[in-house]
Amino acid sequence: MNLEKRKRELAKEFSPLLEKTTKTSKIWIGFLIAVILVGVYAFFVQLFKGHIVTGMRDNVVWGIYIINFIFFVCLSYSGAFISGVLHFFKTPWKNSVSRIVEIITVLSLIIGPIFILLCIGRLDRLHYLFMYPRIQSPITWDIIAIMTDLIGCFIYLYLTFIPDFAILRDNSENASKWRQKVYKYLAIGYQDTPTQREKLHKITRTMSAMVIALAIVAYSVLAWIFSLTLQPGWNSSIFAPYFIVAGLYSGIGVIIIAMYLIRKYYNLEHYIRKVHFIGAGIVLLVISLLFGYFTFSEYFSRWFSHKTHDANLLNTLFSRYFWMFIFANYIGVLVPIAILFFKKLRTIKSITFAAVIAVIGLWFNRYLIVVPTLETPYLPIQDTREEFIHYTATWIEWSLSFAGVAAFILFFILIMKLVPVIPMSGIIDNEREQLKSKKTFKKIITEQL
Amino acid sequence: MENNKNEKKSTNRRNFLKLGLMSSVTAVAGASLISNLAVQDEEVAESGEKMRLLTPDGKIVEVDASNVNQYPEALITPEESRKGIPNRKFVMVIDLAKCKNARKCVEGCQEAHKLDYNEEFMKVQLIQDNPEASPYWLPKPCFHCDEPPCVTVCPTGATFKREDNIVLIDNDRCIGCKFCVTSCPYSARQFNWGHKDKFDDKSQPYSPETSVPAAEGTVMKCDFCPDMLRVGKLPHCASSCPMGVIYFGDKNEDIVTNGEETVRFSQLINDRGGYRHLEHLGTKPNVYYLPAVNRQFPLERGFDVEEDIIERYKDVPYVQDLKKQGKI
Repeated sequence: MNLEKRKRELAKEFSPLLEKTTKTSKIWIGFLIAVILVGVYAFFVQLFKGHIVTGMRDNVVWGIYIINFIFFVCLSYSGAFISGVLHFFKTPWKNSVSRIVEIITVLSLIIGPIFILLCIGRLDRLHYLFMYPRIQSPITWDIIAIMTDLIGCFIYLYLTFIPDFAILRDNSENASKWRQKVYKYLAIGYQDTPTQREKLHKITRTMSAMVIALAIVAYSVLAWIFSLTLQPGWNSSIFAPYFIVAGLYSGIGVIIIAMYLIRKYYNLEHYIRKVHFIGAGIVLLVISLLFGYFTFSEYFSRWFSHKTHDANLLNTLFSRYFWMFIFANYIGVLVPIAILFFKKLRTIKSITFAAVIAVIGLWFNRYLIVVPTLETPYLPIQDTREEFIHYTATWIEWSLSFAGVAAFILFFILIMKLVPVIPMSGIIDNEREQLKSKKTFKKIITEQL
Repeated sequence: MENNKNEKKSTNRRNFLKLGLMSSVTAVAGASLISNLAVQDEEVAESGEKMRLLTPDGKIVEVDASNVNQYPEALITPEESRKGIPNRKFVMVIDLAKCKNARKCVEGCQEAHKLDYNEEFMKVQLIQDNPEASPYWLPKPCFHCDEPPCVTVCPTGATFKREDNIVLIDNDRCIGCKFCVTSCPYSARQFNWGHKDKFDDKSQPYSPETSVPAAEGTVMKCDFCPDMLRVGKLPHCASSCPMGVIYFGDKNEDIVTNGEETVRFSQLINDRGGYRHLEHLGTKPNVYYLPAVNRQFPLERGFDVEEDIIERYKDVPYVQDLKKQGKI
């Protein structure tokens, strides 16, 4: 196999993805920017008028910002986790999805913490976290965990990008000047020599193992923000593993959705195949069973022992939040299980549908963890102001949430413009492996004969 | 210019006060020197009336009344406020049998802390422990726990526990993450959601001991009025209660008082079955309750308040019954 020739072929194959911008994608980008701009406007309104413009009040002091925060950060941890597992165990079908997973990881890890910043009353004093740190506070743990994770994920993602940058550097004579420069800079002199390749593989493998460990630590710390308090709905010993499973659930869901959209709009049917969807679908099935199990044991023990304050919380959940509870914890778990359990139902579309249900259900599951608990404190809320009794997110909060999602998609599209969403180096590695196994196969055959 | 001069004066005054209040020997010379300077500077006419003050180290000193009134700068700075009053362990005892929801504690507190109508450091809740039990009025300040969950979770140390049992908030330090609000099981904390004109009123320099002026985007709560305690007075809620419901005192001295009678703290708790709210949470509050037995007032007397206040208690089954009967 002529390596250089194959590289050139691949670079040529993927160059339209990088350089061409279709009309639909331009419209999409415009729309996403518009959504983000509305979010930016909302942010300034909140900055100048204070948190009074949100739906949060003295009892429910954390609203959908914190829900989005956990949602995105969980997404990223699960991305790191999955990508680490894929790399570490050299999963055969990892190649087509690994880059999607890595991009999801880093983007959500950037967007998630922005939501926690929106929740902070005095952004101008943010540096106090470093000036007067208190190591006893779970928030400090979380900051350390998230920052470590962010750096780790960035290094890891960059490592997986290097061979592709090198290929692009060597094969983009026709690309614009700035692109060539960027590729050259980012490839840091990687020439794909056997020693270099070996070294890079080794480092990437080590990093993938570390990323798994980091993800578990960071997840647990995030869950502890809730479970270390005394609040009836939060003070639970299974919260850390529960959050890990929930994060994986949403993570796999988002990966499936991303696979579907990318396959459809970038015509990558050749690379992202049904087998990937079925593989991811089976993982989603396993995780949904686990997630359902955790959710059940969490609420079942509260219901069965019915301590006064737990009973009050369940009462809130089953009255005011009845339909949300049904959607999040029944439909959001059982529908994906039902779809994925039967082999016949496992088509690309139905698996994607199951993933969408899972992701939306999980978001509401987070909502039910945060808001109803705060609405049901130990001492009953005795107030006449409706907004102090019940939480309803305002347009400011919604537009900032949608801006977060829009930024996620926009950055995704932009990264895909810089490097191919299917790692070229991975394709080459794969082909090399196949060649090798064919050779050994031949060898064995001839020897036996 | 005027400002500058004032500032200078105030430093002098503070130094004077600090030095003057410092324990004996070393400071005598300096104190007299600076106090002389201060007097020259200000030409304050002595009123002749003396006031007794409690110093930071727990001593009583006599100061001329004219001096005291002119010393708003004697306010304790955020840094100083972290130390607490030495050798004190402040406790509060609330006698539920005497409370009739007169709401004077709430109003007194609001006035002293410049709070708006709906901002209440002290809340009066209507609690019914079980369906058979008669409901009772529960005045609820911050419990100034010995194991305060709010303090543990604060990422910047903006809220802190002092040696004298008091839990305070330094709103110069608070970043507004609200973690303390979610971790307090007693809903004692409030957040300043938007800007209010009163935050700009800097006529009184900020001190965590007064919680005035509050600041946007930060947390506030009941502070046990350390500024009053320093001058040997009761917190505003205790002094404004017409029924003497709220006793306040020092656990070290084993004495609490409601302004009218002074009793032994341990004896009061032992004899009257004193308890702490939600004891099982392990937060070890420093506010004790005496159960609502042998009440001095029928519960209904508490409904002699504004319509808006009554409306708060609409979820209590007892109130719903009363409403059905047309009594309120």
